[in-house]
Amino acid sequence: MSFPILTLITFVPVVGMVAILFLKKGQDNAVRYTALTATAIQLVLAIIMLFAFDFTKAGILDASTFQFVEKARWITIPNVSWIGTIKIDYFVGVDGLSILMVFLSAFVSFIATLSSWNIKKMVKGYFMLFLLLDAAMMGVFVSLDFFLFYVFWEIMLLPMYFLIGIWGGPRKEYAAIKFFIYTLFGSIFILLTMIALYFSATETVNGIQLHTFNLIELTKASAYSATGILSPQNPNNWRMIAYIFLFIGFAIKIPMFPFHTWLPDAHVEAPTPISVILAGVLLKMGTYGILRISYPIFPEITRELAWYIGLFGVINIIYGALVALAQKDFKKLIAYSSISHMGYVLLGMATLSVTGITGAIFQMFNHGTITAMLFLIVGVIYDRAHTRGIYEFGGLANKMPVYTGIVTIAFFAAIGLPGLSGFISESLVFIGGFGSTVTRTLTIVGLLGILLGAAYMLWTLQRIYFGKFNEKWSFMEDLTPREYLMFVPLAIVVIYLGVQPGLAIDFMNTSVKTFVHFLNTAAF
Amino acid sequence: MPGSNLITLSLIILFLPLIGFITVLLFGKRFSKLYNFEIGILSANLLLTLYVAYEKLFVFANQKIAMDATWFSFGNIPGIGQLNIDLGIELTNITVMMLFVVNLISFLVHIYSTEYMKGDSRFSRYYSYLGIFTFSMLGIVLTDNFLMLYIFWELVGLSSYLLIGFWYEKDSAANAGKKAFLVNRVGDMGMWLGILILFTNYHTFKFDTIFAQIGLGNIPFGSEAWLTAAGILLFMGAVGKSAQFPLHVWLPDAMEGPTPVSALIHAATMVAAGVYMLTKIFVILSADALTVIALVGAFTSFLAASIAITQNDIKKVLAYSTVSQLGYMVMAVGVGAYTFAFFHLVTHAFFKALLFLGSGSVIHAMHHEQDMRQMGGLRKKMPITYYTFLTATLAISGIPLFSGFLSKDGLLAGTYAFGLLTGHWTVAIFGFVVAFMTAFYMFRLVIMTFHGEPRNKEKYDHAHETPKAMTIPLITLAVLSIWIWYTPNPFNPEAGWFYNKMEVKTTVVPQDMRFNFMKTEAPEHETAEAEKTTAETHETVESEQVEGTTRVMHSEMYEHAMHEAHLPTMIWSILLAGLGILFAYIIYQWKKISADELAKKWPWLYKFSLNKWYVDEFYDKTFIGGTLEFSRWLSIFDNKVVDGIVNGAATLTRGVSAVSGWFDTYVVDGLVNFTAFFSGVLGFGLKKIQNGKVQSYVLVVVLSLILLFVMFLPFF
Amino acid sequence: MAHVGLTHFLILSAILFSLGIYAIVVRKNAIMVMMGIELVLNSANINFIAFSHFGNYGISGQIVSLVVIILAAAEAAVALAIVLNLFKTYSHINVDEVNKLKE
Repeated sequence: MSFPILTLITFVPVVGMVAILFLKKGQDNAVRYTALTATAIQLVLAIIMLFAFDFTKAGILDASTFQFVEKARWITIPNVSWIGTIKIDYFVGVDGLSILMVFLSAFVSFIATLSSWNIKKMVKGYFMLFLLLDAAMMGVFVSLDFFLFYVFWEIMLLPMYFLIGIWGGPRKEYAAIKFFIYTLFGSIFILLTMIALYFSATETVNGIQLHTFNLIELTKASAYSATGILSPQNPNNWRMIAYIFLFIGFAIKIPMFPFHTWLPDAHVEAPTPISVILAGVLLKMGTYGILRISYPIFPEITRELAWYIGLFGVINIIYGALVALAQKDFKKLIAYSSISHMGYVLLGMATLSVTGITGAIFQMFNHGTITAMLFLIVGVIYDRAHTRGIYEFGGLANKMPVYTGIVTIAFFAAIGLPGLSGFISESLVFIGGFGSTVTRTLTIVGLLGILLGAAYMLWTLQRIYFGKFNEKWSFMEDLTPREYLMFVPLAIVVIYLGVQPGLAIDFMNTSVKTFVHFLNTAAF
Repeated sequence: MPGSNLITLSLIILFLPLIGFITVLLFGKRFSKLYNFEIGILSANLLLTLYVAYEKLFVFANQKIAMDATWFSFGNIPGIGQLNIDLGIELTNITVMMLFVVNLISFLVHIYSTEYMKGDSRFSRYYSYLGIFTFSMLGIVLTDNFLMLYIFWELVGLSSYLLIGFWYEKDSAANAGKKAFLVNRVGDMGMWLGILILFTNYHTFKFDTIFAQIGLGNIPFGSEAWLTAAGILLFMGAVGKSAQFPLHVWLPDAMEGPTPVSALIHAATMVAAGVYMLTKIFVILSADALTVIALVGAFTSFLAASIAITQNDIKKVLAYSTVSQLGYMVMAVGVGAYTFAFFHLVTHAFFKALLFLGSGSVIHAMHHEQDMRQMGGLRKKMPITYYTFLTATLAISGIPLFSGFLSKDGLLAGTYAFGLLTGHWTVAIFGFVVAFMTAFYMFRLVIMTFHGEPRNKEKYDHAHETPKAMTIPLITLAVLSIWIWYTPNPFNPEAGWFYNKMEVKTTVVPQDMRFNFMKTEAPEHETAEAEKTTAETHETVESEQVEGTTRVMHSEMYEHAMHEAHLPTMIWSILLAGLGILFAYIIYQWKKISADELAKKWPWLYKFSLNKWYVDEFYDKTFIGGTLEFSRWLSIFDNKVVDGIVNGAATLTRGVSAVSGWFDTYVVDGLVNFTAFFSGVLGFGLKKIQNGKVQSYVLVVVLSLILLFVMFLPFF
Repeated sequence: MAHVGLTHFLILSAILFSLGIYAIVVRKNAIMVMMGIELVLNSANINFIAFSHFGNYGISGQIVSLVVIILAAAEAAVALAIVLNLFKTYSHINVDEVNKLKE
C-alpha cells in the first residue's frame, strides 16, 4: 500500500466542503470554483486510477487482487457483554466491478458541478451539500466493508434530501420526503441483513476469531459458523429471506418495478444537476450493491432466483418504456426511460454469463453518461423556457441547431443506435440473455424494449425539435460555452465507447470472468 | 496475399464518405462550397470502385477476398472458448457489383442534387447526410458478418430517418421519418433475434463460419424449427428494410424526403439491402423459410401493384412500384432463383433511380407539383426527361431490349420452374399478374404526365427542361437500362457475363429441410475446412477458393425445369406487358374507356386500392392506437395504483399515527396531565390553609393538640 | 373555705394559658399577640412553681421560672424589634394583613 488514492478521491469533496465553509457569504463565485476544483481533482484522480489499473487482477473474491487497497481498523469495542469484540474496518479497494463506477461518479459529478453554475439560491449551502453527496457516492463504490458501505449509503441520503427539498421545484417537499423515506425504508432491510450476516460469519484476525463486516470474507462458505442464522447449513430458509431483504433494499434504489415511483417525482422536482447525479450515479448504486454484495455472498440463492431478477428486469424495460410513451412532461419521460434502461442492467445481471454481466456493468456506465446528457438537455430548455411540457414546444431545431445536434446524439444513444455506446451494452445484455437458458424467453420479450424505446424518443424528438416553430420561444438562444463544456465530454465518451467498446470492457473482463465462474460454481 | 490491396482500397471506399460526412457536418456552415468535397469523395470512390470491381471480377474471379479484425474480446471464457467480437469485410463478385451500383447511383444523385437542392437553407447538411448514408450502405455491402450487417443496417435506418425528415418543419416529413424508423425497428427486432439465435449457437457473427457449421449438420439448438425460425427472423429484417408486407407502410410515406433521396435510398440502394442480405443468407434458408419468403414477396408485389394503379401522386406511384418490384425480388429469392433476384436488384436500381430522378426533374420543372392530374403534355417541354423516363418505363415493364426484361424474365422463369417442381403455382400466378399490372400503371403514369394536353396551363407554361446537372444523370442511367451491358443476347440473360459472374452457393441446410430440387448427393466439406483456418488467423487478409464455375446448387432437376420454363415465361411476360401497355393507352391516351366510369362501376374496389387497402388505418387503430391506449392506461395505473399504493401506505401510516397521536395526547399524556391537574386541585384547596398568618397556624396547632388529646387520652 | 391545693393552681394556669392562646389567635395587634405569648409563658411559670411547691422537687421549679422570665424578656425584646420592623414595612402592625409567610 502506497499512495492512499482511494481515501483521497473519496474525501477530496469533503475538503472542498470545509474550504467552502470558511468562505464568506457573498463569495458565490469563489464557492463555485472551489467546488469545481474539488470535483476536478477527483476526476483527475479517477483518470490516474484508470491508467494505473491492472487488467489482469480479478478482485471480487480475493482481497489480494483488489487494487489501491487501504485497510485500517476503524472501530474496536472490546468485550461487549454477549457480543464479544466489535470490530469495523476502514477497508477500501477497487476491482473490475467498481473501477468504471468510480470513474463514472467522478465524471458525472464534475459535469453536474458545471451545470450547477446557475443555481442562485443559497449557493454556499448548495455546494457544501453537493460535495458531501459526491463524497458519499464515491465511498459507496470503493467500500469493501459492509458497515462502511452502509455508512456511506446512508450519508448520501441526507444531502440528497436537502438538495431536492430546498432547491427543487414546486412539489419539492413531497418529492424529497418521498425519496428519503422510501430509500430509508429500503435501508432498513439492508441493515437487518447486514447485522444478520455479521453475527453469522467470522474472520480470523491475528489468530482470534472475530465477527466481521468484511465483504470479501463474507463470500467464503468457510466463514460461516454452523450455528449462525445465515449459515449455509442452517436448514431454515433464512438465507433466502436475507437475500430477498437485501434485494428489496437495493431494488428501491435501482429503482425496480414496483418500487420505482419515487424516481419520477424526485426527478421532476430536483434541480437539473441533482437529476443528473440521481440518474447518472445514484441509480447505479442499487445494481452495484446487488453485484457487490448480494451476488457473491449468496451465490446459490442468486442462481435459484436469477429468473425472477430477469423477469423484473424485463418488466422494467417494457413497463418503463410504455409509461414513458404516455408522459407529457419531458423530464418525467426521461425519468421513466431511466427505469426502462435500468431494466437492461437487471436482465443482464440475471443471465449470470460473461457477456450478460459485462453488458450489465457497461450499461450501468453508459446509462450514466447518456442519461446525464438527457437530463442536461431537459435542463437547457427548462432554464430558458421554464416549462417542460412536450406539447408546448416545436421546431426548436431551427433556432438551436447545435443543441439539437447534441439532442440527436443523446437520443439515438438512448435508443441504442450502433456507433454509440448504448448499443454495445444493450446488445451484450441481449447476447448474454439469449445465451442463457434461464433468461432466453425473457430476452425475447425484452427485445420489444428497443422498439418502444425508439418510439418514445423519436416521438419526443419530433414534438420538441421538429415541426413548426412555436414563435413563443423565439427568444431562446443556442448553447452557451459553459453548456458546451458539459455536453461535449459526455458526447465524446458516448461516441468513443460506441466505436471502441473494448476500452471499457477490458477493465472489467478479468473480474467478470472470475465473478461469473464463482456464481455458477460456488458451492454453498 | 492476393488481393490485399483490394481490401485496403475497399476500406478506403468505405471510410471516405464517413470523412465527408464529418467534415461537411462540422464545417459546412462556415464554408458553403464544402459540399464539393463530398462530391469529390464520391467521384474518387467511384473510380476506386471501378478498379476494385474490375480486379475482383476478372483477376480474382474465383477467390473470396476477406479480412477480419478483432473489435473487442472477452478472452477465453470457460465453456465457450475464445470469444472475440470481430469486424471484417469480404469481397465477392456480388459484393463488388453492389459496391459499384451504390457508388454510381450515389455519385449521380450527388451531381443531380446540386441543382435540385439549390437554394435550400440546409444545403451542406443535406450533403453530409448523403455522406453518412453512403458510408452505412457501403458497410452493409462489404460486411462479412452479421454484427456489422446489423450495425450498418441501423445506420442506414438513421440516415434514412434524417433524410426523410430533412424538411422537418413539415409535420408530415417529420412523421414519415419517424414512421420509417419505427417500422424498420420492428423488422430489426426480428433480425436481431435471428442473429442472437445464430450467435448463441456458434459464438461468432461471421457468415462463413456460421454457414460452415450449419453445413456440418450443426444446426441451432439441434432443432430444425430453430433453423427455420432463424431464417424467417432474419428475413424480418428484410421485410422491414425492403418494405415487404406487412411492414411496407413506411416506404410510400418516405416520399416526403427530397426526390433525389427517394431515388438513392428509397428506390435503388437501401431498400434493396433486404434483398442483398437475403442473397447473403440464402444458403441457410430452409424450405419452410423459403416458402414463407416467396409468399410474402409475391403477395407484396401484388398488393403494391394494385395500389399503384389508382394513385395520383407521381412519387406515390413510383413508391408503390418500388415496393412491388422489391416483392418480386424477395419472391425470386423464395423460389430459389436468387441470382435473378440480385440481377433484378441491379437493373431495378438503375431504372428505378432513373424514374425517380426523372420524376424529380418533372417536379422541379412544375414547381413542386406532384399531382399527375395537374400535369400532361410535358413531352414537348422536357424531351430529355421524357425519353429517359420512357426508357426506364419500358425497362420496368419488361420489354425486350431493355435491362428489366432480362432480370424480370429470369425471375418469372424461376417462379414458373418452382411451380413445375413443387406444384405451388400461387407464386407464379402472382408474378405474372403483377407483370401485367406493372406495365399498366407505369404507362398510365407516363401518359398522364407526358402525353396528351396540359391540364394545368399555368404550370405547364412555366415548365422547362431541367439543367445539365440533372439531365446527365438521367442519360447515364437510361444508357444503363439497355440490355447490352449485361448480355449480348437480349433474350437470354444467362448468356451474359453478368449472370455468369454471380457466385452460386450451395445451400447448407440439412438435406431433409431443403426443397427436393435443391438436394445434393455429397455435402461439401471444403468450405468448412477453409473456415477453420479463418477462425484461427485474425487480422490477416485471406482468400478462399469458392466454387466459381460448377453450379452445384442447381441440381439437374432444377436446370431442366428452368430450361423448360424459359420459353413459356418469355412469351407470357411479353404478352402480359404488351397487354398492360395496350390497356393503359386505351384508357388514358385514346380515352376509349373512361377511368372514372370504371371507378364508378366498382367503387368499393377503387376505394380499396386508392386507400392502400386501409393498412395504415388498420395499424393506426390496432397496433399504434392500442399501444398508445395501453401506455396511457399503464401510466394511469402507475400513477394511481403503483404510486397509489406507496402514497396509500403513506396515508395509512399517517392515519395510524394520527390515531396513536390522539391516544398519546389524550390517554397517555392525559394521565400525566390528570396527575398534575389533581395535584393542582389539591394544592388549590390546601393553599387556603397556608394563608401566611401566624395566628391561623397557631390556631391549627392548638386545635390539633386538642384533637390529639381527644383521640389519645384514655379517659375519653 | 376550701383548702387551696395544686388543682386550683393548675386551673388558674389553664385559664391563663387559654386566655393567652386566645389572645395570640384572635387579636390583630401584634403587641396584643405578644402579650398573649407572655400570658402563655406565665401560665407555664405558674405550673412550674405549683408543681415544685406541692411536689418534692426543692426549688427547681422556681429556678426554671426565673430562666423563663429572662427568656421571655429576651424574646420580648426580639419580638418588639420584629414589630418595629413590621411597622416600618407595612406602616401598621395588623398581623392579619401580614401574610408574607405563605410565599
